[in-house]
Amino acid sequence: MRIELVKRPQQSALFSALSPFIAFGLTIATGAILFAALGKDPLETLYFYFIDPLTETWSLHELAIKAAPLILIAVGLSVCFLSSNWNIGAEGQFIMGAIAGSILPVVFPDFQFWFVLPLMLLMGIAGGAAYAAIPAILKVRFNTNEILSSLMLVYVAQLFLDWLVRGPWRNPAGFNFPETRSFHEYARLPEIWAESGRAHYGFAFALIAALILWFVLSRTLKGFEIKLIGQSPRAGRFAGFSAGRMVIFAFVISGAMAGLAGISEVSGAIGQLRPSISPGYGFTAIIVAFLGRLNPLGIVAAGLVLALTYLGGEAAQISVGLSDKVVRAFQGSILFFVLACDTLIHYRIRLVRPNTAPAEAANV
Amino acid sequence: MDQSYLSKADVLLAVRGLTKIFGSLKACDSIDLTIGKGEIHALLGENGAGKSTLVKMLFGSLEPASGEIYWKGDQVRIASPGQARQIGIGMVFQHFSLFEALTAAENIALSIDDDTPIMKIAERARSLSKAYGLPLDPFSHVGDLSVGERQRIEIIRCLLQEPELIILDEPTSVLTPQEADRLFETLERLKGEGKSILYISHRLEEVKRICDRATVLRHGKVVGHCDPRQETAASLARMMVGLEVKNVVREAPATDAGRQPLLLIENLNRKPATPFSVPLRDISVSVHAGEVLGIAGVAGNGQGEFFEAVSGETLQDKADIVCVSGKGVGRQGISQRRLKGAAFVPEERLGHGAAPAMKLSENLLLSRYRTDAKEYLGAAGTIRTGRIAAAARRIVDMMDVRKSAEDPEASALSGGNLQKFIIGRELDREPKVMVVNQPTWGVDAGAAARIRQALIDLARSGSAVLVISQDLDELFEISDSIAVMHDGRLSQPIPIGEATFEKIGLLMGGADDAHPPRPFEETL
Repeated sequence: MRIELVKRPQQSALFSALSPFIAFGLTIATGAILFAALGKDPLETLYFYFIDPLTETWSLHELAIKAAPLILIAVGLSVCFLSSNWNIGAEGQFIMGAIAGSILPVVFPDFQFWFVLPLMLLMGIAGGAAYAAIPAILKVRFNTNEILSSLMLVYVAQLFLDWLVRGPWRNPAGFNFPETRSFHEYARLPEIWAESGRAHYGFAFALIAALILWFVLSRTLKGFEIKLIGQSPRAGRFAGFSAGRMVIFAFVISGAMAGLAGISEVSGAIGQLRPSISPGYGFTAIIVAFLGRLNPLGIVAAGLVLALTYLGGEAAQISVGLSDKVVRAFQGSILFFVLACDTLIHYRIRLVRPNTAPAEAANV
Repeated sequence: MDQSYLSKADVLLAVRGLTKIFGSLKACDSIDLTIGKGEIHALLGENGAGKSTLVKMLFGSLEPASGEIYWKGDQVRIASPGQARQIGIGMVFQHFSLFEALTAAENIALSIDDDTPIMKIAERARSLSKAYGLPLDPFSHVGDLSVGERQRIEIIRCLLQEPELIILDEPTSVLTPQEADRLFETLERLKGEGKSILYISHRLEEVKRICDRATVLRHGKVVGHCDPRQETAASLARMMVGLEVKNVVREAPATDAGRQPLLLIENLNRKPATPFSVPLRDISVSVHAGEVLGIAGVAGNGQGEFFEAVSGETLQDKADIVCVSGKGVGRQGISQRRLKGAAFVPEERLGHGAAPAMKLSENLLLSRYRTDAKEYLGAAGTIRTGRIAAAARRIVDMMDVRKSAEDPEASALSGGNLQKFIIGRELDREPKVMVVNQPTWGVDAGAAARIRQALIDLARSGSAVLVISQDLDELFEISDSIAVMHDGRLSQPIPIGEATFEKIGLLMGGADDAHPPRPFEETL
């Protein structure tokens, strides 16, 4: 008995719709087995993971806070991935956006006007975009591998942030704690419904960005160019599009989105710079982008689901005592199953019995 | 059954009811085939008739869904190419699988299962090449060899295994007429030694010339066994295609001395982009309004590089190296050249001329978003899908493109239908200059005739048409004059009245540019 993948003549609409659900089901089943093997009650753990965070208003706000950076970054990454530019360094662009945007409130704390916040957002966008431009220019100019260069720049950004908050940007009144001074009120991103919870306007930015990029990708010539170059670079060149310019464009857009996410996170949720400002949003956003099938609207849904696993993971750590590593492994299994199930859209599975012809042994 | 002419002991390979199914398509539908010892057996059929699928099953790279294969009377199951070689079946593929950076002997060593020392292999290759009149230096690098020489490596590699049946897949499609003659001599010699040859081709003349028996396939089924020498080319074609192929009508072009050259190329040079691509050397040519100029040449002599330079996918140093409608466009990209009235159809349909995973309407936009921007694009670069879909329908009707869905992905179309769409996409613009590379490569006869007629009609309506092709029959059918590309150089165009196969064939072999012949060919 052998399992064969047979290519479908056309991609299956049924499995395009079903695949995420099959993947989710398989993830749940795997999780249940994993939790049971660790000696936890699988049903209870799954409840804390997926249901409990949705039962209270404040935790819905937390969901929006977690989802905002994921969606923003992933929407930008979709432009990169659709055009076959493998930007793995969104985490670094997120951090650089946060740093660039924090220059005003940290270095010039007395500069307090209403336009400080818009300036910070713009500087955050510029910081992320500029940082993403580094691997892009290296790729265009020297044909370096953007996967490696963008990934390595993440560590540079993390260590640069660490050095800043322990060194030159450390809060003079902060008892030597490695953090900057708290942002003044003109530098804080306001909350959307302050009465009910902490969700800030970063979530609104994420939704607007997703809508705009959805329109660009599906309705305009620019979107056509992005997809064409990604799918068949030679056809893209034949169409008269420049692959080099597309590399820069895609990286700058995704860097800008990551930078906006970074400055929104520090000016909204955190209020200062610390050695670590991201629990790996930039990497998780890669999962989100693919979970959402590189479609900005799908990414909004995927971002919410992933944010839920973050919250649920925390809840499960607290209430059932699951370890942090298990939570990450569980998250990883989601992407694994989604990608695996997407195979069913293009292929169908066929079981083949070996051809037991009597001549099997005949004179070969 | 056609076995009657062979006694049982003379049958080398027999195939009964062999079937292979891909999805819902029966690529091979219960095929019967008998090959005798010491015969050259032709397998005839159009592209997509199932020839390659059948051969892959015989060579063990595809597993049949049902049916039996008998080798010298015993039923066998061929599960892998290694097994095929073991029982005595060798194959020379249409697309060579050679490493360009290695020598001929190294390439041969790679395909041999045991670890014979390389010097020994080289020695055996050299003696084989002498015995069969296939001049080859085992220590030359494949990257430096011509296509004909590369094919010799494949043939010698195959002969080293001492096969009793040799399968040749479209062996002459990449050869000059003279090189093909040489190949036929080798095949005759092999036949004289009692080896059998399965010869796959759609070139009827050569099948008539060298083959003893022929099996004709159409749509995956055997439509007949025959003796090709008893048939005419027309009767064979009828069997292959199933109907009479319409002849292309070509009137003589208007002979107006004052005609403007619409496409003018002067002293075009290009350095090789990769170590194995061909440099272009001082190419000058002009194509006038109302004229079809054909460029012949064996594949890999710079045609692809030339096309990219003319289309603007690579730019030139000076503007006046390439002129379209009298304007120098050498330093402008493909979009600018299109705006001056030029249209281009590259050799590769999927991945170059069209994006495989995109719909036909999107592929229409691919080459026309600049020239028809007013029509197809709205404010802020939005795409007017309705108008584009309407235009795509118009082209589908005009070129009789057969498709399975309203707006299918390009990869869902057969090669011929996609090519008709791509040509139609450009014709629909009524271009002043049309440059086409291999217009009917891998296209069935009906579609090919339609495409050729469309190109002639375009020229007669006052445009300049440049056709690059490896198919000499095609060039003689549609061109007003033919130039030959060899080793990155282009010969003077020969008016069609003075051109003969022999003349063009010699130029294709490089008679024009006074290359000294390779030294080892002399010694053999």
